[in-house]
Amino acid sequence: MAKGLFGSSLMKKFWMALTGIFLITFLVVHCLINAMIFFDDGGMTFNKWAHFMGTNLIIRTMEIVLFLGLILHIVDGLMLYFQNRRARPVKYAYEKASASSTWYSRSMALLGTLILLFLILHLYHFWLKTRITGLTVEPSHIFFDGHRYEDLFSEMKFVFKHLWVVIVYVLGCISLFWHLLHGFRSAFQSLGFNYTKYKSTIAFMGDAFSVIIPSIFAAMPVALYTGWIQ
Amino acid sequence: MEKGMNLKLKIWRQKNTNEQGKIVEYPVSNVSPDMSFLEMIDVLNDSLVAKGEEPVAFDHDCREGICGMCSMFINGEAHGPNRGVTTCQLHMRSFKEGETIYIEPWRSEAFPVIKDLMVDRGAFDRIQQAGGFVSVNTSGRTLDANAIPIPKEDADKAFDAATCIGCGACAATCPNGSAMLFVAAKVSQFALLPQGQVERKERVLNMVKQMDEEGFGNCSNIGACEVQCPKNISIEVIARMNREYLMANVKPEN
Amino acid sequence: MNLNAKIPDGPLDQKWTKYKNTARLVNPANKRSIDVIVVGTGLAGASAAASLAEMGYKVKALCFQDSPRRAHSIAAQGGINAAKNYMNDGDSTFRLFYDTIKGGDYRAREANVYRLAEVSANIIDQCVAQGVPFARDYGGLLDNRSFGGTQVSRTFYAKGQTGQQLLLGAYSALSRQVGKGNVEMLNRHEMLDVVIIDGKARGIIARNLVTGAIERHSAHAVVLCTGGYGNVFFLSTNAMGSNVTAAWRAHKRGAAFGNPCYTQIHPTCIPVSGDHQSKLTLMSESLRNDGRIWVPKKKEDVEAIRAKRLKPQDIKEEDRDYYLERRYPAFGNLVPRDIASRAAKERCDEGYGVNATGEAVYLDFSSAIVRYGKAQANVKGIHNATDQQIIELGTKVVEEKYGNLFQMYEQIVAENPYKTPMMIYPAVHYTMGGLWVDYELMTNVPGLYACGEANFSDHGANRLGASALMQGLADGYFVLPYTIGNYLADEIRTGKIPTNSPEFDAAEKNVRDQINRIMNNKGTKPVDHFHKRLGKVMWDKCGMGRNEKGLKEAITEIRKIREDFYQDVRVPGTADYMNQELEKALRVADFIELGELMCIDALERKESCGGHFREEYQTEDGEALRDDNQFMYVAAWEWSGDPSSPKLNKEPLIYENIKVQQRSYK
Ligand SMILES: Cc1cc2nc3c(=O)[nH]c(=O)nc-3n(C[C@H](O)[C@H](O)[C@H](O)COP(=O)(O)OP(=O)(O)OC[C@H]3O[C@@H](n4cnc5c(N)ncnc54)[C@H](O)[C@@H]3O)c2cc1C
Ligand code: SF4
Ligand code: FES
Repeated sequence: MAKGLFGSSLMKKFWMALTGIFLITFLVVHCLINAMIFFDDGGMTFNKWAHFMGTNLIIRTMEIVLFLGLILHIVDGLMLYFQNRRARPVKYAYEKASASSTWYSRSMALLGTLILLFLILHLYHFWLKTRITGLTVEPSHIFFDGHRYEDLFSEMKFVFKHLWVVIVYVLGCISLFWHLLHGFRSAFQSLGFNYTKYKSTIAFMGDAFSVIIPSIFAAMPVALYTGWIQ
Repeated sequence: MEKGMNLKLKIWRQKNTNEQGKIVEYPVSNVSPDMSFLEMIDVLNDSLVAKGEEPVAFDHDCREGICGMCSMFINGEAHGPNRGVTTCQLHMRSFKEGETIYIEPWRSEAFPVIKDLMVDRGAFDRIQQAGGFVSVNTSGRTLDANAIPIPKEDADKAFDAATCIGCGACAATCPNGSAMLFVAAKVSQFALLPQGQVERKERVLNMVKQMDEEGFGNCSNIGACEVQCPKNISIEVIARMNREYLMANVKPEN
Repeated sequence: MNLNAKIPDGPLDQKWTKYKNTARLVNPANKRSIDVIVVGTGLAGASAAASLAEMGYKVKALCFQDSPRRAHSIAAQGGINAAKNYMNDGDSTFRLFYDTIKGGDYRAREANVYRLAEVSANIIDQCVAQGVPFARDYGGLLDNRSFGGTQVSRTFYAKGQTGQQLLLGAYSALSRQVGKGNVEMLNRHEMLDVVIIDGKARGIIARNLVTGAIERHSAHAVVLCTGGYGNVFFLSTNAMGSNVTAAWRAHKRGAAFGNPCYTQIHPTCIPVSGDHQSKLTLMSESLRNDGRIWVPKKKEDVEAIRAKRLKPQDIKEEDRDYYLERRYPAFGNLVPRDIASRAAKERCDEGYGVNATGEAVYLDFSSAIVRYGKAQANVKGIHNATDQQIIELGTKVVEEKYGNLFQMYEQIVAENPYKTPMMIYPAVHYTMGGLWVDYELMTNVPGLYACGEANFSDHGANRLGASALMQGLADGYFVLPYTIGNYLADEIRTGKIPTNSPEFDAAEKNVRDQINRIMNNKGTKPVDHFHKRLGKVMWDKCGMGRNEKGLKEAITEIRKIREDFYQDVRVPGTADYMNQELEKALRVADFIELGELMCIDALERKESCGGHFREEYQTEDGEALRDDNQFMYVAAWEWSGDPSSPKLNKEPLIYENIKVQQRSYK
């Protein structure tokens, strides 16, 4: 059974696509919530939502699924990468790959690795602290309407005080942009959804998504670092 | 007669499958722009023979872009710089005076080099044998050819997929070494025709299985294959194969 | 020599049924212990191998390419004939039969041709069932077009890639049998000799082209489907590897060679561009459905065009000579190939050729584009369409029909044929001659069969367009599978044939000796040098026009080429691995011997018929003049041991069902 589900090349593609689309939907949610900081209300709305995400049972369960999906995406991707390397043991002496494809479509593994490195840092900065060790900022909590909230917003401001962190985050978002630029439409192709009729729509959606989501993400550290948001 | 071009060729020479090969440089002069690329190699080979050296081995037969035999990786691209043509259809007018031209064999685990620029594409035959057919005996006692009308659009699409010449440029060019364009073209042809329906599921399952066993890489939708395919086969066929495969797995038993 | 054609008696239209009803059968259990070797995997070979394997015989198939799918049939463009009468234009089995006999200038066997016409309809059914994507109309039904020498539309097609689609169909049937283990497929193998034991074909000697190994393969019957020998002319529309070796070696082992001089020169090919030319490219006959052939009427226009001062588009309608329409009003541009070719040669010889070499005429699509454009405009309800719109619409239709051919032309010539008329000139294309076979497709050597272009049987002195594909598939799918049983029924007790007999030893030695002779020759010239020399002699003296003086000269010159070849050819490398020069050398050696036979045959046939045009024998207006009293026979040549003194045997041709007439397309 496992062989049937993962064994064949096409099944690996399907999993790549399914997990990819799943991660894309996660990005939407993550992005929407984080974008609450742009209300510029001292992080009030944002902190409320963050609290919800950190305490709701369904969301917490989904978080596990999310990690599994991510791991599957990574493992599957690595298997593909190594399989594909084996498929061409002798390289061309002269290869003009740019004539027929884009560099980023050829570099999904590299881009994925960059994103992963960024992600490790990112998880250390926020996930680890909110879920396990507790925040670094003092005081780590604020009170509002009689409720106690973790002050994740201040934590963000704290983290993004350092220029190098901001740079790494922006680079991470840029990697994400290239990764999505190929990954979005690729997922549809892998699932067999490529019809002449919808081709341009999917391409447009993919391009728009790849630009908008990473830009919003990238805008956050920049905005906090520059003090555009207080 | 006007004087032709002078070129520097860098050609992969390899005695046989087991020995190491290397790039060897050959100057050629007085190349007419009206020559085909293979005719240019013919001239080089005649001069090598005259010197008692072994000519460059390469596959070719029809020299009009239909048999799928010719297979050179020229200046970093399968079948050279032009689109929608095979190596044998490439003419020297596509090159400039003084140019250096790299010529290499298809590189793929599944296509071992036999000699110089010649590779073994038996993998494609085996994939076809795994399911690239309609199981109908050749008695001629079938339905009348016009018994089942086929919408022109489907027939045309099936034809477009069926024009694949089995050259292997897709697998040679794919950064992943994947042969999916070839396999998908065959799967699509039959999936689009009423005659192909009965064995639809087994066909795609068997052909993909064989493809995997041959050691080809895996498609990551880079799309280089469709750009380099001399018959302009679109990766829409791969999407179709993905669908076919998915459906065949979702409903394995009737 | 026994030249009994074994034609069943009875009325023409019942011969085949009668034959099938009475031919002996081999029961399924016995078939499993009978081996058949099929050499060649073109339409004839692939279909034969697949059919025989389905029936239960143990089949080995060989081809010299790296895959059976690449046999030369793949290159056929225009279409395949079948008497389906889907167009309701009066077609019938008899009419297809009649057109083929007449097209062949009354030099083919009635019974064989009738059978071909009879099974033609089945071919289309079979191919559609295999998933061959023929062209269809908007109603979803099969479309037809017209080919030369007929007044009906009976040609089925798949754009300009009909051969490809048919071969891929046959290849899929073959692949299915290979997958099942019923056929052992030997790619990159070249047959170099037939082994004959006690007068029967019992196997072959083949060279594994990759490893260089000389292999012995035994069988109860050997079927040669090895294609035509047009490459004896060096330049032809055939694939580079097409050769006569298998047929020639069979001939040297006793098989008669029928009508070697009957060569088809195809009128519409891309003209030669220079000395480097390695092959010629066909522009399908189907183009003559819509293209009009012309040269300028005035010599000064010709001069201006050659000097590039004028473009063909600039020549006014009244200054153009649509010479085929002028000379043959009934068939116009769709006269048979031999006639169209000679007419082009006549104009060019008169000095009206339109390219620098003076050997080209125009094939012009402008009126078709306008005609289709107007029709499309009507269909689309575009009233008062502009000229520009009409041309655009018309161009689309033409592209739909012949797109790949136009693209091919543009690649080679670097001119856009939608805008500038194509330049074309006749080129060697097909060989009607081949191994002599009887009604059962068996050569005069028992157990040795020949199918497809390799045999001589169905096309007389000239083949009609779209009939070779028909013949190849008919032979392989529907004729040989029935007739071979009649012979193999006697072989059920023979048992496996050992390959260690003295006959196999001798045949292998023969092959090795020849290879060694070539490899050890320390000459100075590459094989192509001799091939080109041979080709030039053949084209100049045994080509479109032949005469006694020229043929005699040719024979002397070819003997000289043969002598030089064995003295001066140089093949580097070794014979124990892939060696393409060696492959070529072996083929060219056979071509040289065959070339001589072709000239001898052409010299002997003192008449003009179909593709064989002896300048001494023509009517006042330059048409071929047959001599039915003296030459209504098949010339079946017998090998005597010396290429220069073959022995002529004659099989008389008897016409019982049609009246033999002077062929007229006026
Ligand atoms: C450019 C072109 C266009 C044509 N268009 C049309 C058309 O539109 N309609 C039409 O009816 N006809 C057409 N013809 C003619 C037709 O294609 C051929 O006559 C026909 O396909 C021959 O088929 P075949 O099976 O006899 O031989 P081929 O297809 O030539 O196959 C020969 C096979 O024999 C093998 N072989 C040969 N020698 C050896 C050997 N010594 N050892 C092992 N294997 C060997 C080869 O590998 C190959 O597999 C065209 C021909 C040309 C050249
Ligand atoms: S899909 Fe295109 S590139 Fe691949 S084998 Fe077929 S024709 Fe060649
Ligand atoms: S030689 Fe046949 S496709 Fe190039």
